[in-house]
Amino acid sequence: MRGSVVSNRTLWAFIGPAIFVLAVIGIVPLIYAVYTSLHYFNLTDLGDVEFIWFENYSDVLTSDTFWNAMGRTFALLLIALPIQIAIGLMIALLLHKPGLTFLKTLTRLGLVLPMATTYAVVGLLGQVMFNLKYGVVNQMLGWFGIGSVNWIGDPQNAFVLVVIWDVWQWTPFCALILLAGLTTVPDEIEEAARLETKSWWTVLRHIQIPYLVPGLVAIMILRTADTLKLFDMVFTMTRGGPGNATEFISLLIQRTGFRAFDQGVASAQAVVLLAITVILSQIYIKIFYREGP
Amino acid sequence: MAATGSTSARSLAPQIILLVCILLFCVFPFYWMVTTSLKTQIVALSEPPQWIFDPTLSNYTEVLFEDGVGETMINSLIVAVSTTVLAVALGCPAAYALARFEFRGKSDLWFWFITNRMVSPIVLALPFFLIVRWVGLLDTKLVLILVYLTFNLPIVIWLCTDQFRSIPFDLDEAAILEGAGHWTIFRAICLPLAMPAVAVSSIFSFIFSWNELLYAIVLTRNDAKTAPAMAISYMEGYSLPYGKIMATSTLIVIPVLIFALIASKQLVRGLTMGAVK
Repeated sequence: MRGSVVSNRTLWAFIGPAIFVLAVIGIVPLIYAVYTSLHYFNLTDLGDVEFIWFENYSDVLTSDTFWNAMGRTFALLLIALPIQIAIGLMIALLLHKPGLTFLKTLTRLGLVLPMATTYAVVGLLGQVMFNLKYGVVNQMLGWFGIGSVNWIGDPQNAFVLVVIWDVWQWTPFCALILLAGLTTVPDEIEEAARLETKSWWTVLRHIQIPYLVPGLVAIMILRTADTLKLFDMVFTMTRGGPGNATEFISLLIQRTGFRAFDQGVASAQAVVLLAITVILSQIYIKIFYREGP
Repeated sequence: MAATGSTSARSLAPQIILLVCILLFCVFPFYWMVTTSLKTQIVALSEPPQWIFDPTLSNYTEVLFEDGVGETMINSLIVAVSTTVLAVALGCPAAYALARFEFRGKSDLWFWFITNRMVSPIVLALPFFLIVRWVGLLDTKLVLILVYLTFNLPIVIWLCTDQFRSIPFDLDEAAILEGAGHWTIFRAICLPLAMPAVAVSSIFSFIFSWNELLYAIVLTRNDAKTAPAMAISYMEGYSLPYGKIMATSTLIVIPVLIFALIASKQLVRGLTMGAVK
């Protein structure tokens, strides 16, 4: 990689302001979160803030609520992601076929919509469309002779509903990434392969998959990150309920900090989540991106 | 399957049906959102749901002129535009430095940005709330503008670094021979050529800020309330005003969808922050 070597003054003039701002808004708060996590710190009891070493951490690490929320979060990822990739790949292969240009362009534009939609609105739409009595989804199920499903009120169904909505919003994203991957396969190679075999599966496995790997890696990394962050859609749709059937990790931390007002424990949960996130992203980066910029 | 020759109508039929299904699957929720926003509460609460009804704009006039959704949209707009302008102003020079200069710790900086993309906002929302409350800036737009830089600044830097790197070095070298400094090269040569990336990252920055909910509900109450925070405030109580909720949702989503369609080609790249090359 070529680049100019410049004086420190020039370098800092360009990059200093951005680093300064990101440090102030990205690192200072983290330090403060670590500080809070080492204290008994309840918003309803601020006269009693007290340094308690790692008590909050031992509470968090031995708490079923925390690990259940963590487990639920990874369960969502492990269920939704394969579905998103599988359907996304099918859509990508379909769009990659020649012909029907107009309809395919239209479909590509349609695929852009779900992932740009305000996540909170996706949740609100879920409330409206999956309502037990007034929801259009239950009406449609009725057309096929399936009885009304209590989507939001039943713990198991509520979890399934989050999976469905996650799949609706992010399958198009997978499809578009994989489609971009398919277009990187050199035409000669693909055409030669198609002369050899009529099976799309053979072409996919031997010719296309290698070109899809970077896209698949990106999907894995980003879906992992986004599932750990998942908040808006679930908060507006089920508030983590019923019970805590859809209480994913970010919702649990929000509830602990702002509805139970226990900032100390919530900060400890946040620091543990941060540690898990950093470790996971370092692992991903080490495995998949050996070189930097 | 129909790769050679036989592209007759019959062999295309399954493809057409599938494509239309995909399209419907993507678009139907928006159709339902808009039609529900045109229903009175009585129609919205009919069992089974009605597909044909007398549309009314009363939900829109109510949310905009009585409930103050208009003000929250103006808040959202001010916050999203300001944070975007700041992100571009701070991010472009930094991106230029990452693309053009050699310095120690460059790849560490890159790791830091990637990690930034991965961290859950709740991790920062907790300490932010306490700090902001302490300095007395709770419920101000300024705080949201700054907080949103945590995700907007990395995306501007990311996309612009990519673009700066694709501009040939020969241009700079010629300029340096003419005696131009890096600031001049950046402003007069590279920045104009990087305008596409600046535009796209601005659109993303705007969309992400406009869509944001978690920081908004933690850091604002009334004065600086944003539109998504307003939308969920309808969710309290037993009888939910579906028409109003969907009218507010429609108002929030439409600008985003317009932007997304404009930037549709770059959307995937922006969302992956350059992870797919």
